Amino acid sequence: MGDNGEFLLKAENLNMFFEIGAASLFSKEKRLLKAVNDVSFSIGRGETFGLVGESGCGKTTVGRTIAKLYRATGGRIIFDGSDITKMTDKEFFPYRRRIQMIFQDPYTSLDPRQPVSEIIGTPLSVHGLVSNRAERDERIKELIHMVGLKEDHINRYPHEFSGGQRQRIGIARALALMPEFIVCDEPISALDVSIQAQIINILSEFQERFKLTYLFISHDLSMVRHISHRVGVMYLGNLVETAEVNELFGNMIHPYTQSLMSSVLIADPAAAKRQSRIILEGDVPSPLNPPSGCHFRTRCRCASDICSCVTPELTDVGSGHMVACHNAD
Amino acid sequence: MSDEQLLDVKNLRTSFLTSGGVVSAVRGISFSVGHGEFIGIVGESGCGKSVTMLSIMRLLAGNASVKADSLFFDGRDLLKLSSKEIRKIHGSDIGMIFQDPMTSLDPLYTIGDQIMEPLKIHKKMTRREARRKAAEMLDMVGISSPGQRLDQYPHEFSGGMRQRAMIAIAMCCDPKLLIADEPTTALDVTIQAQILELMMEMKKKFSTATALITHDLGVIASSCSRVVVMYGGLIMEIGLSEDIFYRPLHPYTNGLLNSITRAGGKERGKLIPIPGSPPDLMNPPVGCPFTARCEYAMRICAEARPSSTYVSENHSAACWLLHAKASGMRSGIARHGR
Amino acid sequence: MKKIDMFPEQPQPEYLSGDGANDLPDDLFDALPEGEKQSDIINRPSISYWANVYSKLKADPLAIAGFVIIAMMTLLAVFGPIARPYSYDEQNYSVINQPPGPEHWFGTDKFGRDLFVRVAYGARISLTVGLVAAAVNMVIGVFYGGAAGYFGGAADMVMMRFVDIMSAVPSLLYIILVMVTLGANVRSILLAMCLFYWLDTARIVRAQILSIKNQDFVMAARVIGESDFKILTRHLIPNSIGPIIVAVTFLIPQAIFYEAFLSFIGIGISVPVASWGTLANDSLSNMSMYPHLMIFPATAISLTIFAFNFIGDGLRDALDPRLKK
Repeated sequence: MGDNGEFLLKAENLNMFFEIGAASLFSKEKRLLKAVNDVSFSIGRGETFGLVGESGCGKTTVGRTIAKLYRATGGRIIFDGSDITKMTDKEFFPYRRRIQMIFQDPYTSLDPRQPVSEIIGTPLSVHGLVSNRAERDERIKELIHMVGLKEDHINRYPHEFSGGQRQRIGIARALALMPEFIVCDEPISALDVSIQAQIINILSEFQERFKLTYLFISHDLSMVRHISHRVGVMYLGNLVETAEVNELFGNMIHPYTQSLMSSVLIADPAAAKRQSRIILEGDVPSPLNPPSGCHFRTRCRCASDICSCVTPELTDVGSGHMVACHNAD
Repeated sequence: MSDEQLLDVKNLRTSFLTSGGVVSAVRGISFSVGHGEFIGIVGESGCGKSVTMLSIMRLLAGNASVKADSLFFDGRDLLKLSSKEIRKIHGSDIGMIFQDPMTSLDPLYTIGDQIMEPLKIHKKMTRREARRKAAEMLDMVGISSPGQRLDQYPHEFSGGMRQRAMIAIAMCCDPKLLIADEPTTALDVTIQAQILELMMEMKKKFSTATALITHDLGVIASSCSRVVVMYGGLIMEIGLSEDIFYRPLHPYTNGLLNSITRAGGKERGKLIPIPGSPPDLMNPPVGCPFTARCEYAMRICAEARPSSTYVSENHSAACWLLHAKASGMRSGIARHGR
Repeated sequence: MKKIDMFPEQPQPEYLSGDGANDLPDDLFDALPEGEKQSDIINRPSISYWANVYSKLKADPLAIAGFVIIAMMTLLAVFGPIARPYSYDEQNYSVINQPPGPEHWFGTDKFGRDLFVRVAYGARISLTVGLVAAAVNMVIGVFYGGAAGYFGGAADMVMMRFVDIMSAVPSLLYIILVMVTLGANVRSILLAMCLFYWLDTARIVRAQILSIKNQDFVMAARVIGESDFKILTRHLIPNSIGPIIVAVTFLIPQAIFYEAFLSFIGIGISVPVASWGTLANDSLSNMSMYPHLMIFPATAISLTIFAFNFIGDGLRDALDPRLKK
């Protein structure tokens, strides 16, 4: 698929800058936190785009900007042919139904004061998808079965469920609106290992059944590899590499992607012993004051002079594999 | 046996009194840690792995009760020690690292002060000696320009560096046992690997026994020589790392391995999740806690708790499938291929 | 308190012990049917938030005492004046300054007015003032603080500066001003209190809202497309209602105290209407001779204020999830 095929969502030079310290009385200087800086990608209908990176790299901000929880400070988001970037809440309302989100922490993403029936029923009422009480109850039951929970669960409160069950409730809430596109913001990272696979399988199943398109945000490379069709790697607000999944994992070009992959702890003692790690020096620089040129140069083993002066552009190195690195050619 | 082992736990039980009733978090577990051994305790949240270690260290809140048949550390019965003597063991003979370095470091004191504190208390060092040792420790855990870093506060350190500082604090008194409770969970992927390598290096250098508590099988595979698998407040399986990963006996261990992707592997196998959720320990099942989620559950599993059965010197599991009469069930499994 | 078994034994079947241990029945090793697996079953009873609060309150003896006292005061306020054949301003010079007795339960004052009826009438005024002031300030405070907290930015800035300015002026000033312009009666006391009482509530609500508005469930509500008003009323306020209720419960005794205080110093409710404050004030001149004139209204004030404070303490413990064991 990729750029040439039909895409459902496209981000063009997306920027999300936050003003830091603007409210201070004594400093007029506004510092800009460039959480997302000039990020472009597109997601084809029915595909899963995995977005990986370490904490603070801006992947969650990308997800929230696309779900219009934040108003992008630059660039465009095109959903199904229409530019949703500048839409008012009112104009965007019909799109809410089509773009949904699953959150990271199932303990905070469900309102503790609402029973499950309320949590799943609210989206139905807000968008007028059901006309009466009976229809609503029927639909809630259907949804709760769909995610593998039982009917007698619907009057219980979130705190009575385990993490995995809560996340399934969160999925049911997102599915209630029959969306086309779901932003999955680290949907499994707060869950136990045995539950992660449940959630991943549910997501895959629904993708097939309802032709869903996912933006799958995670720091877990192995899960991203498992579920995604295409993958983007972010570092300090920039997209540094993106490619079809097998191409990316088979032919990592950006030094950051390489070291990220080599840091993954393999659950196999023999393979772990064989694994050679590219240990990154130092820590991620502050996003408030990123290094000049290529943001990764301070930790990169092949950094040269050009890296500190010129910010590398995302360029195609063949068959849709895009890399932002001066050493890529 | 107990004089060979550094830590020897027999039938440890821990319960919490909550507003809803008694939660039996650890329900009778026995294991031991040898001198200089790197042991992993793996299990999902709520399985009792952290509570086990906190019980041994007597670091639990007031609503907890701990009971054990015996609890020996380095030849001493921890059950008989006063809380003052226990405190003496903390920080000198047993070092601890926690999940979130930010909450276990005191924000009001410099890193240097916090490393020097145990040195002054347990090793009776002077300030000057302690400071030299502290700088040495920081250097050893890979923090550059340790002299300056000593005078910085925790908030000036990044997450990975804080965890390094925690390791320096835990290791400075040359403990016999290092307990690390999810030391890498709060860290980024690239930092996780660094910290794990550091811990293994420390273990080699000081031959400190290390008990690593984690939910991450990747962490276990990359570091531990022996593994304890816990579920529902009980030990399901104990074995050498190779046994656990390549020859798992317990369906739970097997289920865990099936539900993760082996990132290093070539193929993208389908994930086989374990259905359902872990049991509620306020009202735990009478039999094997895994029965409800076990593909191979038998009638006896729901009624009686299996005792642990050894299949080799180092490898044991608590599962009725290992009983001679379960051969029918076992052959069924063999046919399906595990 | 009954002894709780911290280590409940789980009965294991008999066949495990004794001689039979090595010879278990074969059928025990048959596969367990899918239906008998207790997977995904939640076996704890479903407890809603309020049921949980109620059960905790019930276990708090001081809070229960508080509720009982308030119930008694309410009964006194409602039925007290009807129960006796006197009215609060009926003077009878043949029975002045009588000590408590069967005719006049709490005795009489210097005009021969029945003190029991006057204290009961005072309870009406005090409870009305306390409850109305608290209710009004809760409604204003919740919406004002809620709006400031939720919308944030410039709106928050302007709204909270207004609150700051309002609270910079001593509240006594407002009250005296209102009393002087509108006359000394219950209505103007209430009005005066409602003018400034909500300021603290607004601050508390705003702080609460700020702390939860960035939680994921609020984000989720926005993703679903719920309106700002609905997010405020259905998510933010219900989730911050605990601390709000506690704050308001503590405001009730304050309001009662304020009214008594104002009446006592003579700028509150004026004679012949009986409020606890005016009753206490009346008794001052003859306190050493007729202590009952002071004791009954003073006890009523203290008991009521204590009771509300006990309830507030109990509610705080019951509503605060952080104190949950």
